[in-house]
Amino acid sequence: MSSATVMSGLLAVEVPYWASAIIKLGVVALVVPTAALVLGYVFLLKMMSFMQSRLGPMEAGPYGTLQLLADGLKFIQKEDIFPEKADRTVFALAPLVVLISTFLIYVVIPTGPDAVVAQLDVGIFYALAVSSLSVVGILMAGWASANKYALMGGLRAAGQLIAYELPLVLAVMGVVIQAGTLDLQKIVAAQANGEIFGWGGIGNPFILTQFVGFFIFLVAVQAETTQPPFDMPVAESEIVGGYQVEYTGFRFLFFFMGEFGTAFAFAALAAVLFLGGWALPWGDLTHWGFNIAGPVIMLVKVLAVSALIFWFRFTYPRLREDQLQRLAWKFLIPLSLINIVVTGIFKVVL
Amino acid sequence: MTAVSADQRQQLAYVATQAADARLNVEIETEGMTLNIGPQHPATHGTLRLVARLDGEQVVEAEPIMGYMHRGYEKLAEVRTYPQVTTLINRIDWLGSFANEVPFILAAEKLMEVEAPPRAQWIRTALFELSRIANITLFLGDMAVQLGALTPVFMAFRDREFVLNQIEAVTGGRFHPNFDRIGGLKDDLPQGWIDDTKQAMEKIRDFCDEFEELVLGNEIFQARSRGIGIVPPAVGLSYGLSGANIRASGVDWDLRRDGHEALAYDQVDWKVWTHPDGDSFARYWVRLQETREATHIVDQLLDGLPSGPIMAKVPRIIKVPAGEAYAATENPLGEMGYYIVSKGDLVPFRVKIRSASFSNISITPWLLKGVYVPDIITILASLYFILGDIDR
Repeated sequence: MSSATVMSGLLAVEVPYWASAIIKLGVVALVVPTAALVLGYVFLLKMMSFMQSRLGPMEAGPYGTLQLLADGLKFIQKEDIFPEKADRTVFALAPLVVLISTFLIYVVIPTGPDAVVAQLDVGIFYALAVSSLSVVGILMAGWASANKYALMGGLRAAGQLIAYELPLVLAVMGVVIQAGTLDLQKIVAAQANGEIFGWGGIGNPFILTQFVGFFIFLVAVQAETTQPPFDMPVAESEIVGGYQVEYTGFRFLFFFMGEFGTAFAFAALAAVLFLGGWALPWGDLTHWGFNIAGPVIMLVKVLAVSALIFWFRFTYPRLREDQLQRLAWKFLIPLSLINIVVTGIFKVVL
Repeated sequence: MTAVSADQRQQLAYVATQAADARLNVEIETEGMTLNIGPQHPATHGTLRLVARLDGEQVVEAEPIMGYMHRGYEKLAEVRTYPQVTTLINRIDWLGSFANEVPFILAAEKLMEVEAPPRAQWIRTALFELSRIANITLFLGDMAVQLGALTPVFMAFRDREFVLNQIEAVTGGRFHPNFDRIGGLKDDLPQGWIDDTKQAMEKIRDFCDEFEELVLGNEIFQARSRGIGIVPPAVGLSYGLSGANIRASGVDWDLRRDGHEALAYDQVDWKVWTHPDGDSFARYWVRLQETREATHIVDQLLDGLPSGPIMAKVPRIIKVPAGEAYAATENPLGEMGYYIVSKGDLVPFRVKIRSASFSNISITPWLLKGVYVPDIITILASLYFILGDIDR
């Protein structure tokens, strides 16, 4: 499937390269803010409120659905403040770097047989690689703010994201071994066509065999997106927002979109890797109808994974930095290595 | 290579020897960082300022700087009549306001040589315990939020409301009751209040059970608070800690039992909780147990409430005879006492307020040495101070 015919299954026409490029750009540019809005509304505003016996926003739009739009408008109106001693260029660029790394993940996430921006042979490898770009932006923000709290936040983020990159990759290894490919589309196909001990009724979503990997992946994602119990880089009660402390207006909004956009992207990756992605185990995977049904199926699965992520977020207290490192190096990494070994043995034996 | 002049060569040789010396004599030394925490910082719940010298994330030394909210209550009390002073001192520990009034009134009663009738004493004690519950429930949620868990504090606010409603039903004020009078209380209990309060106590007990699992049972909470900020009993006593802070170090000392004030604590069956560990976890644990114990005290007090007047015979215009008196009670935050010097006027000549948080916070420089930055927050939260109680 060449990238020039990305929508061909749906439209049944050849699309010129420039047109498909613009369509893809538009889709990604639209999906990231929408994803951030959806997660922010459903979980941050509503689920958290219900857990805390509050109603949450109720005034802006029906049931407060437009609250985040109103907040976004407010952020855009704010003055763009630079601290006096800040490194202005780096300070201005940092939120963009974070946001770009979020955008880049979306490029490879498939939502249908043809509904994918770029189908790469090393899709999952690429997604994990670009997701760790965000640490550069966070470090830039922490350094350029010329603020002690921001610096501490930036350094904490750097230490944390590097430590959790490893279990994240190792957790995915199990899936890759089982599917025999790094290509996200083929991982989806492997799950839809798979069999559980010869029974193919529901395919073989890898969460059933790779539940250890799924657990490690979720924990690592929690740390990657700096959410409680691993939110030391922003820890409001300690370092008052960490690397975000000096940011105002739309640059702060960029960080917000980056955080929730990344959470959405990782939930989507988890859905693809462990829950069967856009596919259902019944039906022809090459049918063009999946280009329409796929995104819906995907959204349901993504929201399910996000619910887990945010449930942890609103429930747990925060670990300390050294406890977090201990958890990563002494528990998660050995566990994921064992998982890889066991998966390998099963792969060879079966 | 470019040609190097003799001068430059000499200079380079000098620099090289200097560098070699430096390598020999000096190990890697990094410059410390001074971090100014507060006065406007979410962890200082108010306006406490903490100047910490850090080495990386480790505290070398920390010094609390107070006084940002000093309101001069001791001086202001000198120009107010005795009944007016209770309005002021409501605002010292604003979360358990009624408890502030009691020791002042008791000290004044000592000077006037009156004693409140039994019914007033019992209701006074019950309200005292209610304000303890109103105060400590908020701590139970607040410490969790300091450690990063967002949800418990909302539950604390929700269930604290039941107690505040009961206080409001009697006194008319949720935060500042101003209800205690020299010689008794302003009013008797409203109708149906006893049953409502018992229901509220039932809800507070549920709240305690829930928090025992939700917060105390949480592995991350334990990892963050166990072994953090250990106060040995001797050190705690030498710094003048009181209340749950010292009981969490295993010192069995409670003014409700050990004091000799005219309150009804000796009429009910209750227990002083202590914990041997002395760490942040122990302080939280002791406060949680005390909240539950307080509900039992209130229940028993309401069951055995004697009948009779609620006001002793006192003159309409209160002139306190000349003399000096001190009264101290076990307030939610620890020992709170008032030393009143009277010259026989309408107003006190001098009032000295001994507030618990002021002494409790004095241990922080000792306690914060060598801990990590996140532990500063744990320790400050577990010591539990209220800014109004530090800066009177």
